[in-house]
Amino acid sequence: MRADLLSIAAFALAVAAVPLLTASGVVLTFLMMTLYAALLAAAWNVLGGYGGQFSFGHALFFGTGAYVQAIAQLQGGLNPWLALVLACASAGAVGVFVGALSFRYGLKGSYFALVTLAFAEVFRIVALSVPFTGAGVGLMLPLAPGAANFQFADRAGFVWTMLGFVVAALLVTSWLRHSRFGAQLQAVRDNEDAARAVGVSPLRVKLGAIALSSVPTGAAGAFYLQVFQYIDPAIAYGPAVSVEALVAAIVGGLGTLWGPVLGAALLHALAEATRNLFGSLPGLNMVIYGSVLVLVVMFAPRGVFGAGESLRDAWRRR
Amino acid sequence: MFDATILFPSVLNGLTTGAVYALVALGLTLIYGVLHIINFAHGASLMVALYAVYWLKSRFGLDPYLALPLVVPAMFALGYALQRFIVNRASHGKDENILLVTLGLAIVMENLALLVFKSDTRTIDTPYTLATVAIGPAMIAVPKLLAFAGALAAAAALLLVVGRTDLGRAIRAVAKEKQGARLVGIDVDHVYAMSFGLGLACLGAAACFLLPAYYVNPQVGSGFVLIAFTIVVLGGMGSFAGALLGGLLIGVVESLGGLMLGESLGQVGIFAIFIAVLLLRPQGLFGARV
Amino acid sequence: MSTRRTFLKQGAAVSALGLPLVGGAQPAPVKVGVLHPVTGALAFSGQQCREGALMAIDDINAGGGIKSMGGAKLQALLGDAQSTPQAGAAEVEKMNEAGVSAIVGAFASAICLATTQAAAKYNLPHVVDVGVADQIVERGLKNTFRFGPGYRTCAQVAVNNLHVLNVAAGRPAKSVMIIHEESLFGSGTANLLSRELPGYGFEVKEVVKHANPTRDFNNIVLRMKAVNPDIVIPANYYNEYALLVRTMNQQKLSPKAIYSVLGGAASSYKFLKEFPDAADGIIDCNHWFNPKDKRTAALRRRVEAKGLFFTYEIFNTYTATMLLADALNRAKSADRAAIIDALEKSTFADHFMPYGPTKFVNGQNQGAQPLMTQVLKGDIRVIVPRDYREADPVFPLKA
Repeated sequence: MRADLLSIAAFALAVAAVPLLTASGVVLTFLMMTLYAALLAAAWNVLGGYGGQFSFGHALFFGTGAYVQAIAQLQGGLNPWLALVLACASAGAVGVFVGALSFRYGLKGSYFALVTLAFAEVFRIVALSVPFTGAGVGLMLPLAPGAANFQFADRAGFVWTMLGFVVAALLVTSWLRHSRFGAQLQAVRDNEDAARAVGVSPLRVKLGAIALSSVPTGAAGAFYLQVFQYIDPAIAYGPAVSVEALVAAIVGGLGTLWGPVLGAALLHALAEATRNLFGSLPGLNMVIYGSVLVLVVMFAPRGVFGAGESLRDAWRRR
Repeated sequence: MFDATILFPSVLNGLTTGAVYALVALGLTLIYGVLHIINFAHGASLMVALYAVYWLKSRFGLDPYLALPLVVPAMFALGYALQRFIVNRASHGKDENILLVTLGLAIVMENLALLVFKSDTRTIDTPYTLATVAIGPAMIAVPKLLAFAGALAAAAALLLVVGRTDLGRAIRAVAKEKQGARLVGIDVDHVYAMSFGLGLACLGAAACFLLPAYYVNPQVGSGFVLIAFTIVVLGGMGSFAGALLGGLLIGVVESLGGLMLGESLGQVGIFAIFIAVLLLRPQGLFGARV
Repeated sequence: MSTRRTFLKQGAAVSALGLPLVGGAQPAPVKVGVLHPVTGALAFSGQQCREGALMAIDDINAGGGIKSMGGAKLQALLGDAQSTPQAGAAEVEKMNEAGVSAIVGAFASAICLATTQAAAKYNLPHVVDVGVADQIVERGLKNTFRFGPGYRTCAQVAVNNLHVLNVAAGRPAKSVMIIHEESLFGSGTANLLSRELPGYGFEVKEVVKHANPTRDFNNIVLRMKAVNPDIVIPANYYNEYALLVRTMNQQKLSPKAIYSVLGGAASSYKFLKEFPDAADGIIDCNHWFNPKDKRTAALRRRVEAKGLFFTYEIFNTYTATMLLADALNRAKSADRAAIIDALEKSTFADHFMPYGPTKFVNGQNQGAQPLMTQVLKGDIRVIVPRDYREADPVFPLKA
């Protein structure tokens, strides 16, 4: 536990220092978007890596967080930081609702994945038709730079805020690694029947996991809105966010503390590198990105972090 | 507003649109039923097949229906190769790896198409593209009627292959009990690859029937993926009859839903059914008890 | 002579003010960011826009560059917005650090919202080429300039002209059905139209929203048969527009007019070429060039010689880039603040869009207007306003 806390603290200090050392918009934006992806991945990892329930519809929580953040400010006149609390709570509520339905009916594996996908689509279609989400037009936040408005004039403020969220997610993950709840969750993941036999309630445990997973995802949605100030049903509930979360988590290493952060950083760096090197021919950079993904899965099956752990174990055993 | 002269054509339209969905879903249900993998690359594979049909028509003037004997085996070969040499190697026995590798393949396919064919939407012009046939008060487009016939034929062909041939027996054995099948000497890797190949071959057929009434661009596959998954779940994973009937049913639901609720909101009907089936009867209409 | 570079080859930020001219040495080039969604869902439009910008830059350089800066050439720095706002904003950061003096882009309204805002942080001038959402120029950003019209203007012009055409023909049309795509541009346009049309005596019988992509329009056409509107108003992107009109053709449905507002395929040479029968008679209120200006025919020939279609993305971005070059010339420097000042005071008239001399108020060119075109005798002809008329309108299509 202490090792985890030390490494999280070191990470936090190192990242927090970056905006103090450089004013480069490129670096700070890259850092901000990587942290954002890391948050999505770390949140997904709670349910997917530690809970063993793969969700294909995490955009559901992202979009709910973003829309509640927007509606609370635009129609409720709430301060953005207060709206953030409401956004996270709403995302959590949706998480518990979907979890209750799915787990109650015993959905697992691909069926669970597909039902989350379906829910995300339903929300997307409803958001397109309902006036208070702006329907197809979407919602736009008026420009009002200022820390009190959760709209920082430069990227540093956003970087620090997102760093705070990521640290919170990492702390939750660390808690999962060392707590009884976490042990129960992993027991349910590895063998649900055996866990039930020793008195663990799989339903309760999974519901807790989905709540812990959906809240930070909602925060990511609210954050997106504050940075880009525009949200529409495709951005909010479309599959892009769901895919980004799960790919980064899996590539980095499922069920590990640093996997999601590593996966997010690697994938972003890969995307940037391919875009810089091959950007003049549209599509070529994505072909390379996809090929690298395929190759990584073929040759580093436990994800990058997993591969790192295997190497470390092999070294120890020599 | 909705009397028989509107409802009847709407249902017929739903059936013909659903037939194409069924063709797409047939391949997916085979892949899911046997390999138990969610193939993220299914939509992109349909796109590849559509481009193949387009290319044969624009380069050689080959009619899409006449292209069937070329495109279907070509897609089969592609599927076999992809599964045998990439997906199989990548799986390492874990589901999440298959997810990622098929996702990676989808990205590669979509962007290769973008590189080669550019981003314009392509259509083909045939003498029957705009032709219609009158069935009662309804005017049904000829390509869609042909698609309906094609879906029935494809489903029948698959049922024959899986029910009557040795390969089919091997496929059913592997789908039911992989280790046992291996023990009795079945080459599981080969069966997996054959199944994946057959799945993509169905997409080849779907493409030949779809292009005359539709179009192709690098993103076209993504519009069919979710519907295909819904049909597979509704019909029962691994059931061809289920995919066919499920496809027709979803087509009609989409059509009537669009008529009643508006095209945009009407899509909700599909996903509501999807969720209801998953929760209440996950084995679908014809699947084995889960 | 064209010079195209990507970022990595640029290296560190270079001062764009140039080196002192010594005995005929070339002045430093002016870097211009060309930012469009060239991959992803909007790839086709993005690539057309990019083509327009690059052709404009080639033409400016071939004509001697920016004269007031000693013939300094324009150098395009290409960016891919990947069809998402966040990628667009990230590219703006890169362009800023590579030392661009201005940005031209980013086609889609949602992406423009993000890119103009990111550019505003650095007081980087951003010329919006297409992006029709009115919010883009209503946020009080001093760096944002839109050469063309927004959808409010387009909707108003469309409604006015429909009224004029209808009255001139003896009011044959009374009812309208609007079919629009579900996102920002379609919904916004449909909202405006539904509000304005009743005031002119039209009954909006139905407003149908559809998804992107929509695989089949048979239902919508069935509803059309049931509703039987006099006029069908589509507002959607190319693929869906084409499918809709093909389906109407198939089902033998021909209203008194198909009157598009920002219709994706309504004034498209591509659609005309591929489906001449279905396209015949369609009216569009859309971005269009001044048909009386000879330069347009020459440009169109050059574009078609490259195997491309001469679409609005090309000529909008081409002229937007020309606007920027004119501002650079008047600013006499590549300094961002000077360029913004020059754009604010711009009276650029040497262009082939039907806007007259530019006049920016809060970043919107006041003279910007769409034109009404109709597909007649196998070609797209301007029908309204009279100043640009090439052919008389045929309205209604049938009595």
